[in-house]
Parts: sequence; structure tokens; C-alpha cells
Amino acid sequence: MSLQDKYKQLIDAANAGGVSNLQVREQDNVLYIDGDAPDGAAKDKLWDIYNQIDPDYRAGDLVMNVNVAASAGTKAKVTTDSTNLNIRKGPGTDQPIVGKAAHNEIVTLQSKTNDQWWLIKTDAGEEGYAFAQYLTPQ
Amino acid sequence: MKLTKILMAVFLSSSILFFSCKPKDANIQANVEAKLKSMPGISVSVADGVVTLTGECANDAAKDEATAAAKDVKGVKSVVNNCTVTPPPPPPPAPVTISPDNALMQGVADATKDFPDVKAAVNDGVVTLTGSIKRADLKTLMMSLNTLKPKKIDNKLTIK
Repeated sequence: MSLQDKYKQLIDAANAGGVSNLQVREQDNVLYIDGDAPDGAAKDKLWDIYNQIDPDYRAGDLVMNVNVAASAGTKAKVTTDSTNLNIRKGPGTDQPIVGKAAHNEIVTLQSKTNDQWWLIKTDAGEEGYAFAQYLTPQ
Repeated sequence: MKLTKILMAVFLSSSILFFSCKPKDANIQANVEAKLKSMPGISVSVADGVVTLTGECANDAAKDEATAAAKDVKGVKSVVNNCTVTPPPPPPPAPVTISPDNALMQGVADATKDFPDVKAAVNDGVVTLTGSIKRADLKTLMMSLNTLKPKKIDNKLTIK
């Protein structure tokens, strides 16, 4: 069974869920799904389907890089478990902390360094890099 | 009698003129086909001076060219070009970009920072995860690692 067949439900859901710039490629027995999800809920849904097909993401045959498309000026909510989100001088955990955004605080996206680090600004004027995993575009 | 002769003469001469001005459909077809020799996918049919082209054209420009060439042939009243243009095949997808190991290591360190029981190794684009994690945190970690453009993620984590 090809990987595209194995993950057909996921690919279909990505198409139906409004993922733009969707790319599905197979290379060296790994399936790569890239695209821009319309919102965090759509991304979550894809990850739930992924987990259904491959419980606990064990197979190592899929890299799903589908992220929420967010442009500069977009508001994003700090979605940490409960803690504050560190705002750093540069994109990396080795960078000094220059501020903090509270849990559930709304911040403004300035630019995306990559899919892992976003430059943000808080309403208090603190600006720096935060880990994108804990930011949910509104 | 004389009048009949004159009329006959007029009729004959005019009919000769008439036919000479109107090449037969078969001739038109042969001439159009000769003109379109360089476009082998096109079939030509002619009815009362109306040329119909069918078949496949390489592109829109070739289709227009065929229409113009057929119109140019003597005796052609009009040209109906029913040729289909075959769309070009889509370009092959770009190969998947895999992050270099040093960038991956940096990204993996950031992604696993909040999960101290997770150990990660990076080798030739492959991220191997060992150690343990809570099931509730697994999705968060995997989402984060999947954005780093690794070659693959080998998840050997023990789920608590």
C-alpha cells in the first residue's frame, strides 16, 4: 500500500478543510504534506486524523508541516498550558529573555522568522521572539 | 435562333468562369492539408468551401496558425477550428527540502526544552526521539518537530 493510500483520509481532510498551497510528496519512503491551514482548529483536526491512522505517530513515514497561515498584524493568543510565554531577543531558547506574555494574552504578530519562531509584540510594547507552538492565531 | 445561340454562349462561358472561380471541395481539402503538413495532428474536412479542422493542436498559437493557414487557401469561405489544445503536463513537484543537521539540532533543542524526559538525536536529517513523554504532550511536541523540515521523525518515546 502506498503512503498516499495509507494517509488518504488525511490528505482528503486537508483538501476539504481548506488547506492552501497543499503539497503532497513522497520521497525515500516518507510522505511529506506541506500547506497552510486556515486556522488552528483545522490544523488540530489533521493531527487527530494523523493520530488515528498512525497511533502515537510511531511509523516515521510522514512529516506533516501544515501550519496556520498568519501574516504581520495578525493577533495571536498565548496558548501555553498555564505559564507565561518567554519573549526572547532572538529566535532560539539560547537567546536572552526580554519579556513575557501571560497565558491567554493576545499579542500581535510582526513577522515569521520560521514556523518555529515568530516575532511578536505585546500590547505593553514588548517586542521579541516567541515559540510559535504556544501562539494560536485568532 | 440567333438569340438562343447567344444565350447558349453566355451560359457556357459564364459556367466555365463560375467553375473556375470555385475550386471543388476536394481540391480545397488537398490544398489545406498540404499547408498543414507541419501539423500532423490535424484532420481537414471541407463542405461548400467551409473548412473544418479537428484533432489536436500543441498550443493556442499553433491553433491560430492553422486557422490562418487554412483561410489563406483559395476558395475557402470560412474556417471552423474544432482542434483541442492539449494542456502542457504539470511540472514535476520540487524535491522536498530537508533542513541541515545543525539547524535541525537547534530547532529540536528548542522544541524539546519543555519536555525534560525527552532525548533527541539528529543524524542526516533523521530525528530520533527516546526517553518518555506524557501522552497529552506528544501531539504538541510532534507538531513542533514537524515544522523543522526533518527527513523523518523516529519516535521511540515511551508514553507515560
